[in-house]
Amino acid sequence: MRHLLQGRRIPLAWLLLTRQPIRLLVALAGISFAGILMFMQLGFREGLFDASVTVHRMFDTDLVLISPRSMSSISMSGFPRRRLVQTMAHPAVSGTTPVNWNFLLWRNPQTLVTRSILALGFEPTDSILNDPQLSYKTESLTKPGRVLFDKLSRKEFGPISEWYEQGKIVETEVAGKRVRVSGLVSLGPSFGADGNLLTSRETFLKLLPSTPTGSIEIGLIRLKSGYNKQSVADAISSSLPKDVRVLTREEFIDFEKNYWRTSTSIGFIFTLGAVMGFVVGCVIVYQILYSDVSDHLPEYATLMAMGYRLKTLLGVVAREGVLLAVMGYLPAYMAAQGLYALVRSSTRLPVAMDLDRSLLVFSLILLMCMGSALLAMRRLVDADPAEIF
Amino acid sequence: MNLLANSSVPTFISAEKPAVEIVGLSHWFGKGIMRREVLQSISLEINSGEVVLLTGPSGCGKTTLLTLIGALRKVEAGDLRVFGCDLRGSSRKTRQLLRKNIGMIFQGHNLLRCLTAEQNVQMGADLIDGLSYRVRRDQAREWLRLVGLSDQMDKLPHDLSGGQKQRVAIARALAARPKILLADEPTAALDSVTGREIVDLLRRLAKDQSCSVLMVTHDPRILDIADRVLKMEDGKMVQPLE
Repeated sequence: MRHLLQGRRIPLAWLLLTRQPIRLLVALAGISFAGILMFMQLGFREGLFDASVTVHRMFDTDLVLISPRSMSSISMSGFPRRRLVQTMAHPAVSGTTPVNWNFLLWRNPQTLVTRSILALGFEPTDSILNDPQLSYKTESLTKPGRVLFDKLSRKEFGPISEWYEQGKIVETEVAGKRVRVSGLVSLGPSFGADGNLLTSRETFLKLLPSTPTGSIEIGLIRLKSGYNKQSVADAISSSLPKDVRVLTREEFIDFEKNYWRTSTSIGFIFTLGAVMGFVVGCVIVYQILYSDVSDHLPEYATLMAMGYRLKTLLGVVAREGVLLAVMGYLPAYMAAQGLYALVRSSTRLPVAMDLDRSLLVFSLILLMCMGSALLAMRRLVDADPAEIF
Repeated sequence: MNLLANSSVPTFISAEKPAVEIVGLSHWFGKGIMRREVLQSISLEINSGEVVLLTGPSGCGKTTLLTLIGALRKVEAGDLRVFGCDLRGSSRKTRQLLRKNIGMIFQGHNLLRCLTAEQNVQMGADLIDGLSYRVRRDQAREWLRLVGLSDQMDKLPHDLSGGQKQRVAIARALAARPKILLADEPTAALDSVTGREIVDLLRRLAKDQSCSVLMVTHDPRILDIADRVLKMEDGKMVQPLE
């Protein structure tokens, strides 16, 4: 109670900062700049990882079966389709879709240059993507040699969607065999695949006869509502042999992202960028706090001579650090929102503010300010009250 | 309002003993061959409520003596007791607690530039435990009124004259309700009339609070306020002329 009563004090940290508005503005500009740099680098990093799972996100599924030998979307291994059928024994499973997944060579019908494209093969009557329009288009796949082309594929695959929309019959070669485009879908390119096509399992096996019979790369498992995905995944996993891996939809997405994060230099490059932002921020805040403490050294010494504890004065410097962090973070957050919108509209990279990143950047800014405050405090310990007489 | 209400006094401070007892205090500056004795076996006593003036040529060690009594320096040789508390070999914590009860008025007023006059004085009042913010603020205003600055409360030190700053510094020192007040030439920046007013005020407030005052001064016009005048020369106490 006694502490509550005398709790309110003169906001010394606030006054020390705000009575020199120009210096404060410079400090805040520096901190905000560091914050924006970290926001952008981390945003690009996440955006690029997100771009690696554009197709993964669209699957209409709760759980995913893959081979334990599959490392990423660009090197998927097969496993017996039987395993997927076995999962139907679990009462929670409402439906399954076997999917063949492989890269095939697509010939650009205009330039006749071939390029690798991701082909997904499935039974046209099965549900595969979260796209209500798709079931109308998949009907056409029941005829042999028909494919649905992803109109968001890179333009190197040829003017497929333009020709199709003009009403032309678009035919080309995939893996050396003639196919006809019977519709367009929109999936979007990812890291691994510049373009995508959907086809029936039957056509897929004709295009890629080397696929072992009864072998698939991905098994989609949909659950009835009211079941916990993770516990069903665990139950299925323990009931099946070790030649398959059971992942939840989120784990499947993370599995792909993790590959790009850990096995490529992309993660490193953008993490390094964020670290540089952090270091720049540290230097700026340290400069500000250090010169602030130095300038006010006689005043701190006076307070010590008056009987204030060193701890109280260190608390003032720490509070200055917290204030700088909060005041510098807010403009950085606002600016990053605007820049993300700009990046989204100009590069189609799925960059957006999320809670995790905004908390991470705030923690980093706080760490930066508190670390600098801690270093600046060493100067304060030098304050000799005997010097001021 | 009563500014002289009982304040909390650390238990080690005893009322019967003299406020300051010094026996054979010596102090050196520098190291090796540069080592110079600035205080040579000083002995003196200051009773509580006593106003003592310390004079002497500059460089004779007055300020050093003041900083030693103010628990700002470590005692090297001799005995120095403030409120019965031995300062030789004292811990940082002891010295900090002691300083809370020692008011200091510095030669350069040393006000906090970022605080208004009122806030500066309140930094002194804030050292008193167990008072609410409002009470401490009201006390700060009252002290400013007593030093005649009630219309300058919201000004920053930057906007005050030298004399006004000195008066704020005095109000700040008194606001912490010290048991002993150490002042280093408090009237140096003031004209004779204001200087006179300030020392009269200091004396009156000191007597009201039974606070001892040790004041270093060169100003011969204020010698009459003292209960005792001490004279120093070359680090030694010179017997004052009766």
